[in-house]
Parts: sequence; structure tokens; C-alpha cells
Amino acid sequence: MESNELNSPDYEIPPELQAQVAITSLDKIYNWGRSASVWPLMFGLACCAIEMICAAASRFDIARFGMEIMRPSPRQSDLMIISGTVTKKMIPIIVRLYNQMPEPKYVLAMGACASGGGPFKEGYNVVSGVDKFIPVDVYVPGCPPTPQALLNGLMKIQEKIKGESIKTARWYQKGPDMAEIPVPMLGPDLIDPRKITLIQNGKKN
Amino acid sequence: MSDMVGKGILKSLSVSLKRFAETYLDDLSWLGKRYRTDKGIAHRGSKDARGIFTVQYPEEKIPVPEEFRFVPFLVYDEGPNGEKTLRCTSCGICAKVCPPQCIWIVRSTDPATGRPIPDPAKFTIDADLCMNCGLCAEFCPFDAIKMDHDYELASFTRNVYDETKLSKSAKYYESIRPVNARREDAARAAKAASRTGQGE
Amino acid sequence: MATPVATPAPAQTLDLPARFPGVLNPDTRPGYSGWILDNANLLKFATALRDELGYDYLSSVTAVDYLPEGKMEVVYHVYKTTGGAGVVFKIQVPRADPMEVPSLVSIYPGAELQEREAWDLFGIKFTGHPDLRRILMWEGFAGHPMRKDWHEPYFEEEAKPLKSRWPDGRMIMAESKNLFGDNISYPDGFNPESQTFDPEKALYEALRSYQKDEVGLDTDHIIVNMGPQHPSTHGVFRVAVVLDGEKIVNLKPVMGYLHRNHEKIGERNTFIMNMPYTDRLDYLSSMSNNFGYALAVEKLMNVKPTERAEYIRVMMAEMTRIASHLMAIGALLNDLGAYFTPMLYALEERELLLDIFEAVSGSRMMCNYFRFGGVARDLPEGTLQKIKGLFFERLPRKIEEIDRFLSENEIIRSRGIGQGVLTAEDAIKYSAAGPLLRASGIPYDVRRAEPYSIYDRFEFDVVVRTNGDIYDRLMVRFDEIRQSIRIVQQAVKQLPNGPVMALKPMYQVRVPPGEAYGRVEGPKGELGFYVISNGKPTPWRYHVRAPSFINLTAFGPICIGQKLADVVAVLGSIDIVLGEVDR
Ligand code: SF4
Ligand code: SF4
Repeated sequence: MESNELNSPDYEIPPELQAQVAITSLDKIYNWGRSASVWPLMFGLACCAIEMICAAASRFDIARFGMEIMRPSPRQSDLMIISGTVTKKMIPIIVRLYNQMPEPKYVLAMGACASGGGPFKEGYNVVSGVDKFIPVDVYVPGCPPTPQALLNGLMKIQEKIKGESIKTARWYQKGPDMAEIPVPMLGPDLIDPRKITLIQNGKKN
Repeated sequence: MSDMVGKGILKSLSVSLKRFAETYLDDLSWLGKRYRTDKGIAHRGSKDARGIFTVQYPEEKIPVPEEFRFVPFLVYDEGPNGEKTLRCTSCGICAKVCPPQCIWIVRSTDPATGRPIPDPAKFTIDADLCMNCGLCAEFCPFDAIKMDHDYELASFTRNVYDETKLSKSAKYYESIRPVNARREDAARAAKAASRTGQGE
Repeated sequence: MATPVATPAPAQTLDLPARFPGVLNPDTRPGYSGWILDNANLLKFATALRDELGYDYLSSVTAVDYLPEGKMEVVYHVYKTTGGAGVVFKIQVPRADPMEVPSLVSIYPGAELQEREAWDLFGIKFTGHPDLRRILMWEGFAGHPMRKDWHEPYFEEEAKPLKSRWPDGRMIMAESKNLFGDNISYPDGFNPESQTFDPEKALYEALRSYQKDEVGLDTDHIIVNMGPQHPSTHGVFRVAVVLDGEKIVNLKPVMGYLHRNHEKIGERNTFIMNMPYTDRLDYLSSMSNNFGYALAVEKLMNVKPTERAEYIRVMMAEMTRIASHLMAIGALLNDLGAYFTPMLYALEERELLLDIFEAVSGSRMMCNYFRFGGVARDLPEGTLQKIKGLFFERLPRKIEEIDRFLSENEIIRSRGIGQGVLTAEDAIKYSAAGPLLRASGIPYDVRRAEPYSIYDRFEFDVVVRTNGDIYDRLMVRFDEIRQSIRIVQQAVKQLPNGPVMALKPMYQVRVPPGEAYGRVEGPKGELGFYVISNGKPTPWRYHVRAPSFINLTAFGPICIGQKLADVVAVLGSIDIVLGEVDR
């Protein structure tokens, strides 16, 4: 089905060869392969995780997108679906898992909680969206997003993957961007190591 | 308990086998009409469903029921010349009842008198706080805010919706919730009639 | 295996003050009930209550902060496992640190986790508690958040609706008003670089306190952490175990990774606003949660739902039970290693039930369907037909199929039978509830023990099994599904016509002052809501007696002596939902 998409190389193939020869760009074939085999991390946080399980079950069948291989280990996964409320107690673990994932890696914030804190935003143990700590690629609103809404978000991830190029992709470049995200610590409240000077200088908030 | 070890496992496997066979039986009995047809989709979600249960989103979608709720939207009525008037009077009830307090409304004021006008100057919903509870729609006395059916909202940025993004026409509302829309229209008409009746 | 249990005789009026002269003072505040006693008498009273009067089941322990009166109160709800009404008693302490209350763990071990929670959130010290650590927050967190004078970083106002939303509601994200750009605040003069303590230290110390086995070889014991990111912990739950070889010598559940501050938020919400929040407690059974909360508030308001609403409520609650048990069965089988096929079969039926929820309430999981005095809307056209089709034709057949698929399988039997045993005595002792309790041979079901709503009109059996092992817990769930199908079938046939709301729908209800404890038999066990109103639009106290949470009290004792591989199976058979464990 993707052959049409792939086979648009801006290069004329003589008609007599069209049956035998396909030309595509490296980016295209590479991204096509990647986008059709995104392995999510098997990692559920809250209510949204149940809808994620439903999306993996027979009615919605995430396998049709090549994503059914949920890996329990971050070392083998490409996509982290943050499916639920991110709490202060949990965020150090999430950041550590994210650091352990090999690049290229993607993050999908599923549901209101992961995207922006959700209904529990005002709570004392809730982080206002996982993007405060790790970069998020796709946000799926809803509380919880139905499995179809999640699939829609996964298609957005595929869309994003298809738009990338080996030449410019972040993870093939050198630079400060590649650094690991410092893991937050638990003190009297959550301590983000990136903000230590701010905390030292800041007055009581 | 079975006396022969393995009998239970065979029994389990017989269930799997039966379900495997049903896949083909059901597919055959529908003669290819089982997929990509409304009837086929409905069948797969009915009490008689057998065999393959999958609905192949995005090519097929499970129809959502009338009451289905996702993120709310604001209803506007269209005038004869295409002018759009939001039904919202900025009375603030939805903002007051919203459990996570994700509705922000700025009420308009008359620049001359400084008195409030029933029209929102700004209406913001933080869709990443909204818990899709539907209380705003339930308690709005003007049928101005309603729950949408559109769930395909995934985006690359955080979702904060302002009044432009939130506005949808009354026609759209009627198309997604025909029963409710008709009932509410009738009730509003009756109310208006009784009010004019009193006025005379 | 189900044995019918007679509805208990009405509790004989018990003259408690005569039985305990000079110990009990009646709680005379308007709308309140129960007894107030002193610290000094607590242990004696509780022992007598349990041993002489037969109140053997401690349902709930919680604290209330009466800031204006300058005192804290600890509230206990105790019941008999033979059924009937309960006894409520309270301890009051002045609101000055340290606040000390004797621990009831020695009499009712089921208080263990609940007392830890009260210590964590309210800072009440339970003297004599064997392991008083923080439970939902981490060791070292500043303050006790449920106290009324403790405010979170995003605090705006004591009660919703917030004034910043209307009429001049310019959207500002809460984090942009915070100095650190997130939901964070620190005590004055805090310097992160001088922080030296380790939040995990107390846990590992507690883990080391076990009875060393003196016989046999002297072996090293190792500590293994499972979770919070682990495929078999049903969410963000962590288990820390001490192992001798493969044998478990000590086990501590670690929770709080999904602590979403339901109760703190609930005390700022108006009464109706809490309804959608209850959906998110045990997110597999939102209708039951709605039910419990609606009952508690209706008790306070003294309204009765209409007939039709009662039937719809029962139908929905039972359908929820089926959906939740299906999930539990699938998940347990996942944990036993039958990865996903049984789950797929179970989820298929669950999907069909969710379709009904979606049609009726608008959402698959977060139903938000109950209102005080009824339900939000009547069944839409065609739904009753669907329910009939499902419950008279499909489900009975499908449940038998899944039963056939699983219950005689030798692998399941050998991993389940005789493993993870919880005796009847222990089950009561640890305040286990729901299928966990009934699989141990105690026929205790709130629907029969203290019938609420219209459960007394239906014929159904209280399911019991006697071995208390993993297999029996699985089978209890199958039997309960069958009973629920029976109830729905009856309800569909008897469903009367009429309105579904007894009151005019209002976005702010008036709730007279007082306290109420509404409890229902949720899929996971006894789900209780303890609500205190002081006449304002928001509850003064909103506490959830979460069955998943309290069932975990028994988790350690069940597992000690088992093999490591059985931990996941035991956990699966208890069937916890983290939204409810951590709240
Ligand atoms: S977004 Fe809603 S459904 Fe998802 S985790 Fe948060 S509260 Fe639960
Ligand atoms: S659906 Fe609920 S949470 Fe969302 S805006 Fe309406 S009242 Fe608020």
C-alpha cells in the first residue's frame, strides 16, 4: 500500500523498467521501515493505561500498525506512551526509563494528565504534564482518550517519523542536545537538578 | 477434576480451535460484506459477534453513540446572512461547575456604560485539564456548550482551545446529537413562546 | 459452590453505654452519630468489642482535621462479618504536635496500612504501630498534606468555583505563576545541595525486621524490588521482597506512585464535582464508585432516588462488576504466564459492556452517570434491547466458554490450588474484602450484610469458596459474574417506568451538616465513602475506604513463605487497581 508513497523519487523510471525497478530515497525507505515497527514500552500509569490495553486487544488491534510488540524493557523500545497521571513520586523513574531508551525515541503523552496535569493538576503530588521533564512528540487530549483516539495519536507519531531525515535528525548530530536528562530527586518536594541554582536563590514561593 | 493429566489443557485448546474456526465461518457467511460496511461494523459490535472482532481504524470507525462525550465545544446559531452568534451568554455556570476548573471566561462589558453584556469576550478551555465529564454541557441553561464527538485531536503541541477553535455550528450539533438537539429546540421554543405570551 | 445466606436478623439494639459505663460519650453534634472515647480506653474498648460483642471486622480508619475547633479526630467503623449495622467510634486529640493515638494494629491488624495513611496525610502518631512510615508520599516530604492548613503550591482558594475563572477569566497556566515553573514549593531556606538523607532508607530498615530462620545453613538474604515499572504489577505498584534463595522471608508493598490527591481535591470540590472524580478511583468500575458516593451524599441530604433510577443503578453496578471481574480474570491469567489470549477473550466481552456504558453515560470508562437522587439521564432508545440481548443470550454462554477455557487447565490448577492461601481467620483479621474475603470462606457481602439501594429485592447467592487460594479467588470471580448476570436479568424484567431523577438537576446541592458513611459492594470489595458536610457547598471531609488498598494489608502475610514467582500470581488474584490503592 505504501509502494506509491515510497515510489516518488523525483526521478523518471523508463516505462519498460517500471515493473522491475523501484527507486526511492534512503530517507523514505528508512522512515517507512521505522514507522511501521514502532515498539512501545509496556508501561502503564493510570486509567489511560486501560484504554491502551484495550487498544492492544482484539477490537482495536494495535498490531495493524506494527506496534503490538510492547517491550517491558526500555532498552528495546522506541516509543514511550505516557498513559496516565505523572506523579512526583513517579517522575524520577520515568526520566530514568526515558534515558535508558535507545535513540531514536519518541514520547506520546496520552490523555489530559500526561499532557498537562489533567484533572489532578492542582494536587500536591502531581506533575503538570510530563513535558516539564521529557520532550513530548505527540499530545493526545481526552480523559481517557478512546482507543481510537490513541490510534490517531500513534498515526501522528508515524507521520512525524515519516517527515524526518537522516541528515537533520537530532540523534545523529553531536551537541548538548544528546545529553541525558538529569533524574529528579525527592526531597521536601520534587527537586529538578536543572533548577538547583533557582531553588537556592528563590525565596519561599 | 480430570484423571488424565492434559485433559484440561486439551479442553482449553478446543475452545481456541472453535474460535479459530468461527473466524472463517463468520467471514464466509457474510460473503465479503463483513468489512468496510456499516452493517458489518455493527455486527462485529453486537451480541452475535463471532470471529474477527477488530474494527480497522482508520479505514473503519466504530460509530459513537449520541451521548458520547469528548472535549466540549460552543454552539453558534447562523443567521440568514451567515453571521454567527454564539449562544453563550457568559453567565459562567459552566466555569463554576467544571470540576478541574479548566474553563476561563472573560465577560464582555459595554464600553460606554461598563455594564456586562451577555457575550463572552474570551472563552478558553484547557483541553489538557478537561476530564470530559460533561457537567458543563449538562448544566448550561442556554444549550450553548455541548460535548463533541470528535476524538481525533492528537496534535504536536499542548491543547489549549480558544473561542474560535471551540465554536461549531448548531447544524453540526444537530448532526451529532439529533435526539437531544430536537428536544432542546422544542423546549427553548416553548419557553420563548410562554415568555412572549406573558409579555403581552 | 455458592451457598445462599439468609439476610441477617436486624441487629438487636445494643446498649453500648450500659456495657461500658463511663467510657463512651455519645457524639451529639447534629447529624453525627457514634461514640467518642478517650485514648486511655481505646484498646480495652476495642478488645471487648471484638471478642465479646463480635464486631470482628474493622472496615475503615480515617482522620478528620477539625481546624476551627483545634482538634483532630480518628474515626473507626467496625462491623460484624455476620452482617448488620456497625459501630462508629472516635478518638479526639488536641491539634498540637505530637498528636498521639494508640494503634489498633494489635487488635485489628487490618488497620496497619490505614493508620500509616493517617500518619502520612494527617501526622497523627499511632503509638505501638509496628511500622509507622509514610505510605503515599515519600519519607522526607515536607508536611502532612491533608491538614486543612497545609496548602499545595497551586493553591488558589479554599473552595471551588475559583474566582479567577469568571467573570474575568484570563487563562494563565498555574505553573507560570510558580517560581519554579512547576507544581513545587520548598520550605524556607532549603538548599538542595545540602540534602543528605535517602527517602528509601526507612523502607529497607523495615524490610530487615523479620524473624531470622535459625535452623539450616546460614544463607545470605537478598532484597529484590519489583516495580514500579513492571508488567505484572498492574500499574505503578512496587513490591520490595527479601529473599532466601527463592523463598520470600519478608515483603513490603510500596505505593503512592499514583497518589493523585483525591481527598485533598475532593475537599475543595463542590459535592457534584466529586462525582466525575470518583470515576477515576477504581477506573475499571466507575459505576460502583459513583454508587457509593451517591449513597453517602444522599444519606446526608436525605433524598431517595426514584424507582426507575434504583433499577438502573443496580443494573449498571452489576454490569460494572462483570466488566471488572473479566479484566481481573484476564490479568491474573497474564500474570500466570498465559500471555494475552485469555485476556483477549475477556476483553471482548468487556468491550460489549463498555459499549452499553458509552451509550448510556457517554464514556466507556469514566461514566459520571449517577446524580444525587437518581441518574443523569434515562437509558437511550435501544439500549435496553442491547442489554437484554447481551444478558439473556450472549454473556451466559460466553462466561461458560471462558470457564471451560480456563478452569480445568492443569497449569492453572497447579499454580493456583493450595498456593497463596489466606485463611478465613486471617482474612477477617486483615480486613480483606470482596472476592478475597469470600474465597476464604467468609460469606460477607455488603449487598446482603447490610442491603443498600434495592438489593433486598433480588434473588442472588453470596458466592463463597473455602480454600482461600489463588484458584478459589479466580473461581469466586466466575461465580460472581454468574450471580451478577442473574441480578441484571431480574432487574431488566422488573424495570419500572417513570422519572430517573427525584430532584431538580442543580449544579450546587444543599447538603445539611453531618457525617455519612456510604458503603457498597464494589467489584474489589467493600467500597466506602465517608463524607462530612458542614453545610457549605463543599464537603469538609471526603474519605474513600478503598478495598484495593486495604486488601493489600494481607498481601505480605500471604506471600511470606511462598516462592518469588508466586508473588505476581497472588497479586493478580487479589486484583488491585492502582487508582484506588493510591487515590
Ligand atoms: S487523563 Fe483522565 S483517564 Fe487518563 S490518567 Fe488522567 S484522569 Fe485518568
Ligand atoms: S467536560 Fe467537564 S472538565 Fe471538561 S470543560 Fe466541561 S465541565 Fe470542565
